[in-house]
Amino acid sequence: MSADGSDPDADDGAGGPAETVLRVSGTGVPVRGNDIDTDQIIPARFMKVVTFDGLGQFSFFDQRFTDDDEEKDHPFNEERFQGASVLAVNANFGCGSSREHAPQALMRWGIDAIVGESFAEIFAGNCLALGVPTVTADHESINALQQWIDDHPDGEIDVDVAAETVTYGGNEMSVSVDDAQRRALVEGEWDTTALMKSNAGAVRETAESLPYVRDDQIPAGDR
Amino acid sequence: MSEGTLYDKVWDRHEVTELPTGQTQLFVGLHLIHEVTSPQAFGMLDERGMEVAYPELTHATVDHIVPTADQSRPYGDDAAEEMMSELETNVREAGIRFSDPSTGDQGIVHVVGPEQGLTQPGKTVVCGDSHTSTHGAFGALAFGIGTSQIRDVLATGCVAMEKKDVRRIEVTGELGDGVEAKDVILEIIRTLGTDGGVGYVYEYAGEAIESLDMEGRMSICNMSIEGGARAGYVNPDETTYEWLADTDEFADDPERFEELKPYWESVRSDDDAEYDDVVTIDGDSLEPMVTWGTTPGQGVGITQPIPAPDDLPEDKRDTAERAQEHMGVTPGETMEGYQVDVAFLGSCTNARLTDLRRAARVVRGRTVHDDVRAMVVPGSQRVQAAAEAEGLADTFREAGFEWRNAGCSMCLGMNEDQLEGAETCASSSNRNFVGRQGSKDGRTVLMNPRMVAAAAVTGEVTDVRDIEEREEVRA
Repeated sequence: MSADGSDPDADDGAGGPAETVLRVSGTGVPVRGNDIDTDQIIPARFMKVVTFDGLGQFSFFDQRFTDDDEEKDHPFNEERFQGASVLAVNANFGCGSSREHAPQALMRWGIDAIVGESFAEIFAGNCLALGVPTVTADHESINALQQWIDDHPDGEIDVDVAAETVTYGGNEMSVSVDDAQRRALVEGEWDTTALMKSNAGAVRETAESLPYVRDDQIPAGDR
Repeated sequence: MSEGTLYDKVWDRHEVTELPTGQTQLFVGLHLIHEVTSPQAFGMLDERGMEVAYPELTHATVDHIVPTADQSRPYGDDAAEEMMSELETNVREAGIRFSDPSTGDQGIVHVVGPEQGLTQPGKTVVCGDSHTSTHGAFGALAFGIGTSQIRDVLATGCVAMEKKDVRRIEVTGELGDGVEAKDVILEIIRTLGTDGGVGYVYEYAGEAIESLDMEGRMSICNMSIEGGARAGYVNPDETTYEWLADTDEFADDPERFEELKPYWESVRSDDDAEYDDVVTIDGDSLEPMVTWGTTPGQGVGITQPIPAPDDLPEDKRDTAERAQEHMGVTPGETMEGYQVDVAFLGSCTNARLTDLRRAARVVRGRTVHDDVRAMVVPGSQRVQAAAEAEGLADTFREAGFEWRNAGCSMCLGMNEDQLEGAETCASSSNRNFVGRQGSKDGRTVLMNPRMVAAAAVTGEVTDVRDIEEREEVRA
């Protein structure tokens, strides 16, 4: 697996300035079903941690294991999908809780890009904050991609964020990338902390203009 | 694009600048934090050598992992204790006010903000929790964020956001007996879908909404996210101002109240505001709702039949089939009589004082069914104290409910309050996802608090309209 321009794996979201994520290439893994919520992606009991390290192993945990820790049928358990970096999903993926633990877990499992019919907003925003693209296509195209991955678990998929295409096995499908997401990833501005920090003066002016913000709530000095 | 709505006005007032990505840098007027989603953000801040930019506009409490039975420290659960300690250290170092359990002000973050008057019309409110949409009940622009965004807000006082469309949802008429705000929002989600609100902010309006108390409005805005809308709001009015006047922020400072009121009035959507979409829901025709499936959109009126997957739109069938298998329900039947093992009265959706009052009227003079374990988890320590003072706690205890301390509890099963095995829970919370309440085989039926009370005493899903309510009889 590789991500041209940068490797999101190398960044835990806490590091320095962001880099561009122009494209993600690698093998795929399909997880089917609409409305897969973040409680399914990572059950709440695994959030009793003060760091995101080590969350990858808990991805889809309750879908993957019985109470006795025996493996159930799930793509994330299948040998042929180990090492996959492109996740193919259906509609409203990542709905529910805002927990960033969900994309953190998927990223730490090895996912660098997600292709789906649609994504819940907070989830997609969380993915962007990690430099993980969430690109969309219609139901038929996604079905075809999932089927192709099933048939070609070793097949290379190329998610081109800039060109808004996903290429696999000689097929090129058009995908949509949210405009702000595309610009953020392509221009390497998905880490918004430094970007917004540089506007501290303007932030202060906005704070001062709001009737409900008291003077003593605005810190003294330049920040 | 919308124009002249509360959303447009609040957005404009908080816009700092446009970022190179095309997103807006939006100033945050109130940042609420809790123990689960903030520690990593403080860690990121540390690694970058940054400090909290606006600690005075930040407020913390502890809710997700806090035990609701024995709260003595250290907590029995080491992981919970570690998270609590981490939060204590972080807020102390940053100078952030903390409604911790020793203050008597602790509670679910979406109960605490409004009851202290921190949540106000025309503010931007964010929190690392999807149910932050709750605060929209006051005419605030409020939405949940992820941990990396919490880092942004801590470091800069801002979030990077894209502007959304506005859908006005007008609920006409008058809600019938036994029908509550919870039923309205479950019907909205059933109608528009769990992803119908993606890309939208919901403005709730109409007679049935305007006649709700603040608690009811909060229940509705709370579940906006279950319909895919990251934020939902109600325009502020006299009901809103009456609530605010009694809060910590304004009770002793009527001048401040008068000073801010014109601003609150000014952010109301204009009469001729333009919306990107308008939907009307007939409030007169609603009845108490219950869910039959594993998404909040899979709801049905208590006397209505559970739909057959084939009768649903094609994209909903597969999910419906799996949900019905998990729940063990039969299409064509109603949910009435569905057996219940646990009754949970709590959560940021329905654990405020008026919720508990209404439920108590159903419980009074009755006892919890022998096969049911029932618990009340008040939304905050203040709700708990008020309920104890007016005798509600006794009513619940005498009926056989456990009366717990404040927290998120069994809504998401992060503390010891969890379903076991394939237990079925009648729940006043907001999510019926598989595994949500702590057991992957557990089953959740969402309903309003009075319906939960009815299920607790009968041991099955029951139409609360068939149960006579009893006024309080104080000795």
